[in-house]
Amino acid sequence: MATNARRTQSKPPISTNGARKNGVAHSATKGVHGRLWKDSPKPEVGNWRVKSGLAQMLKGGVIMDVVTEEHARIAEDAGAVAVMALERVPSDIRKDGGVARMSDPELIVRIMQSVTIPVMAKSRIGHFAEAQVLQALGVDYCDESEVLTPADTEFHVNKWDFKMPFVCGCTNLGEALRRIGEGAAMIRTKGEAGTGDVVQAVTHARSVLGEIRRIQAMKEEELMTEAKKLGAPYELVLEVRRTGRLPVVNFAAGGIATPADASLLMQIGVDGVFVGSGIFKSENPAKMAAAIVKATTHYKDPEVIAEVSKGLGGAMRGLDSSKFAPDQRLAVRGW
Amino acid sequence: MVATGGSRIGVLALQGDFAEHLAALRSIGIEGEEVRKVSQLEGLDGLIIPGGESTAITKLMDAYSFRAALPRAVADGLAVWGTCAGMIVMARSLTDPYPKPLGLLDIKVSRNWFGRQVDSFESDFKFKGIRGKPIRAVFIRAPVVEEIGDGVEELAVLPDGHAVAVRSGRLMATAFHPELTDDRRVHRYFADLAAAKDGKTRD
Repeated sequence: MATNARRTQSKPPISTNGARKNGVAHSATKGVHGRLWKDSPKPEVGNWRVKSGLAQMLKGGVIMDVVTEEHARIAEDAGAVAVMALERVPSDIRKDGGVARMSDPELIVRIMQSVTIPVMAKSRIGHFAEAQVLQALGVDYCDESEVLTPADTEFHVNKWDFKMPFVCGCTNLGEALRRIGEGAAMIRTKGEAGTGDVVQAVTHARSVLGEIRRIQAMKEEELMTEAKKLGAPYELVLEVRRTGRLPVVNFAAGGIATPADASLLMQIGVDGVFVGSGIFKSENPAKMAAAIVKATTHYKDPEVIAEVSKGLGGAMRGLDSSKFAPDQRLAVRGW
Repeated sequence: MVATGGSRIGVLALQGDFAEHLAALRSIGIEGEEVRKVSQLEGLDGLIIPGGESTAITKLMDAYSFRAALPRAVADGLAVWGTCAGMIVMARSLTDPYPKPLGLLDIKVSRNWFGRQVDSFESDFKFKGIRGKPIRAVFIRAPVVEEIGDGVEELAVLPDGHAVAVRSGRLMATAFHPELTDDRRVHRYFADLAAAKDGKTRD
């Protein structure tokens, strides 16, 4: 949980392209802003600081997958910092097979109306039209997610086009920096969603954080070649070396199922956790949710983790992700 | 910054952007302290309640006994500054039925007043007691002050008159996030307030 100067800077990570200094310059004219600033300069909405800033407010918190309004209220009551509105949790998507798409807008809106915390929703990789729909609904964060079936085998969404912020998954540093280069304002590990098997999230978090430490030890003349190897924007590699962390908030996701799992990832060095199937596929979701929230706050305190882990009932039934055939792995989706 | 010398400032580290506040304090020469347990309030001159989700923060404050301990510490002279979620936590009451605020500061607060994340914004504000250019204020799913009690002073207001920064004695709250910009004047303002035990800042 190292802090750095980046957090307090107003500049976005891409400094070479003037047009993108603040993402797209959206000016606020509708809704409350239209009435409020009649005779004053219009405020700036949807700029980089505001988009990456919401992720900063989620730090040290737990984001939970929910499929009904009741789930959403249970999550909020347990202390979730945001919910991910879905039709099916990842373990059911995995079981059901077929094509997994953006959720029904009606469900997303009902969940938005049932809680006061931010609501996230998923679009397919590269499906900018689904993302446009989510922005039109007023969704607070879009997860361009490998859990859904990709819509484009080559290109991700150009996230600079949106005033709604995006979170994207990654398995290593190069992938994380490519997504940030495309405008992602928050990063998460991919892990292996819907398994309850934490090993892939650990692998991806260690990979990202280990590569950052390796770059910090490099000389400046080595960085262009390193950027080429990583397939990452050079400017962002320079920034990572200077600050010692990703330019945006970095959560763990994919397989977290217990309070100790959350503590493990937090101690490895992520800023917070997503819990997908792990809450509502456990025996006592309300209790599990509250326990993972406490474990994420007090991740350094094993006595607290022990206390909150007592009498939780069964965690979700897991799947050993090392036994998966290549086509069962969601983490390989995305480029 | 003579006035801030030697004062101890904590940042409530249950959830939210506490690391950003600690970095901001460090840049003005103050080594802030993470506060996760009530025992860590001991000996502090000031406490910052950071941005985050007010529902999550109040939940964790209840679970770890801050609801009883914090008002006692304030009565003993602790200076407190809440940013965004921190303002909500400090309020006397909210327009929403939940979460239940701590009632440290006599204001009524409306959560998410500007709308959803797509309405989050930044703009310039005059801040009473801070000289020079306006403050660049970042509002993220921000609240506003709907009602203000006797003895609470407005430090910054919206064009329609809603307060977005207030102070009463050693307590202050901002609806926006000075920790997300490079301008350290609001952090200095609070550090001075925390250092001035009689409740008066240097100006």
